[in-house]
Amino acid sequence: MNRRVPLVLFLSLGAVTAVGLGRAVTAAPVNYKLPEETAAFKPGPNLEVVQNNCTACHSADYVNIQPRGPKFKKDFWQAEVTKMIKVYGATIDDADVPKIVEYLAATY
Amino acid sequence: MLDRREMMKGAAMTALATGFGSSKVFATQTVTLPIGNGERPLVKYPQKRPMIGVTSRPPQLETPFSVFNEGLITPNNAFFVRYHLAQIPVDIDPDKFTLEIKGKVDRPLKLSLKDLKKMPAVELIAVNQCSGNSRGFFDPRVAGGQLGNGAMGNARWRGVPLKTVLDKAGIQQGAKQITLNGMDGPVSDKTPDFVKALDVDHARDGEVMLAYGMNDHDLPVLNGFPLRLVVPGYYGTYWVKHLNEITVIDNVFDGFWMKTAYRIPDTPCGCVDPGTAPKATIPINRFTVRSFITNVTDGARLKAGATTLKGIAFDGGKGIKDVAVSTDGGKNWTPAKVGKDLGKYSFREWHLPLKLAAGSHEIKVRATNNVGDSQPSEPRWNPAGYLRNVIETVRVTAA
Repeated sequence: MNRRVPLVLFLSLGAVTAVGLGRAVTAAPVNYKLPEETAAFKPGPNLEVVQNNCTACHSADYVNIQPRGPKFKKDFWQAEVTKMIKVYGATIDDADVPKIVEYLAATY
Repeated sequence: MLDRREMMKGAAMTALATGFGSSKVFATQTVTLPIGNGERPLVKYPQKRPMIGVTSRPPQLETPFSVFNEGLITPNNAFFVRYHLAQIPVDIDPDKFTLEIKGKVDRPLKLSLKDLKKMPAVELIAVNQCSGNSRGFFDPRVAGGQLGNGAMGNARWRGVPLKTVLDKAGIQQGAKQITLNGMDGPVSDKTPDFVKALDVDHARDGEVMLAYGMNDHDLPVLNGFPLRLVVPGYYGTYWVKHLNEITVIDNVFDGFWMKTAYRIPDTPCGCVDPGTAPKATIPINRFTVRSFITNVTDGARLKAGATTLKGIAFDGGKGIKDVAVSTDGGKNWTPAKVGKDLGKYSFREWHLPLKLAAGSHEIKVRATNNVGDSQPSEPRWNPAGYLRNVIETVRVTAA
């Protein structure tokens, strides 16, 4: 993984300078700097296990935005973790799975 | 400007006006979508105005709904962004970019952007809408990107018909589908790469486009620079961004993103009883009919008397036939005036001058397309949170 966490936003983008030039076609190389990632997992039990397993592929806001309430506790999060392993190929130790589910159900 | 539907909180807007040359996704300000757990940061990305931040890695950005009241064309800097996998291309040299066409073709091709731009160009105004647009309103709620109504946009796309390029390569007898892959990919090689498929006949319909232009400019990076597929009338999942690989195959593609993901119930409504699982599913395809009021927001207080309601309507390509408005919660309906036709795949403007008596009103809008498809008064449900097209309602008080 070579995610970029740049300190400075910088954009050398021909399209920006072409604004107002109608259908001007630019061929300048683009170096797009994604903003710094600020989303973070909330404090909770087994936080470190969650950070180690979940953040390689996606940011914490994938969890933050999910529905809340009594129907979105252990079973919901167990299904999500299982999906990450079976469908998206996340390599999570068997022993970590219940810890992650516990964190998610307790924290969100 | 934001909408009451996305109530603003937090620090001054000026913090958001700075963009280039700063280092943070300014999350000092938030908006709250009218759904449970709906608070979202307003974020600033290069080439984009402040957008509703859904996720940051990979980036997913929703358009603030007020943008749809500014005009029928959604500006590039306000157009929604949806990625699936976190390895997104950030260093792109358009001079070195190539689109490869391979598989069951007589003449495999590698086309540069210049090659594509030398071919006769076509333009089409078309809506792109995320399959999960409005998922946050599903009841019961479902897992996934929790979106309000802003994962849609209407743009003037410029490019080359996919048919031109496929015919140049020469599709062989017996070919069934083409697969489409872009430069973005998974972080782990165990995660299925985002690859989509279209039937050969659909791919060769002359409307599906290899687009390099959007609203008279290059595509923004986060919208697929330098080349993306445009599949008019179809949900955004097929509009593969950073498209650089097309493979013609003689079977039905069985990759994860077609066979397992982006499926809808195989029922006439694409729906099942809330909370239940479908018996059979098919790949998601054309948009359902939708319409929105854009100039009055839920909870608004209006002056009693003459006013004009306006908004947008669209469908999966049959074209909008009529739009009707109710101010009494759906009991009586009045035809609205539909605006200029920008093409059957575009947003269609509608407006209706009317008089609102003092008191509260439940205003609804309903569109019908040219084959009689319309919108349901009660929301339909499916487990993935797709196809939402319930008649929209705004409650206002006139005084």
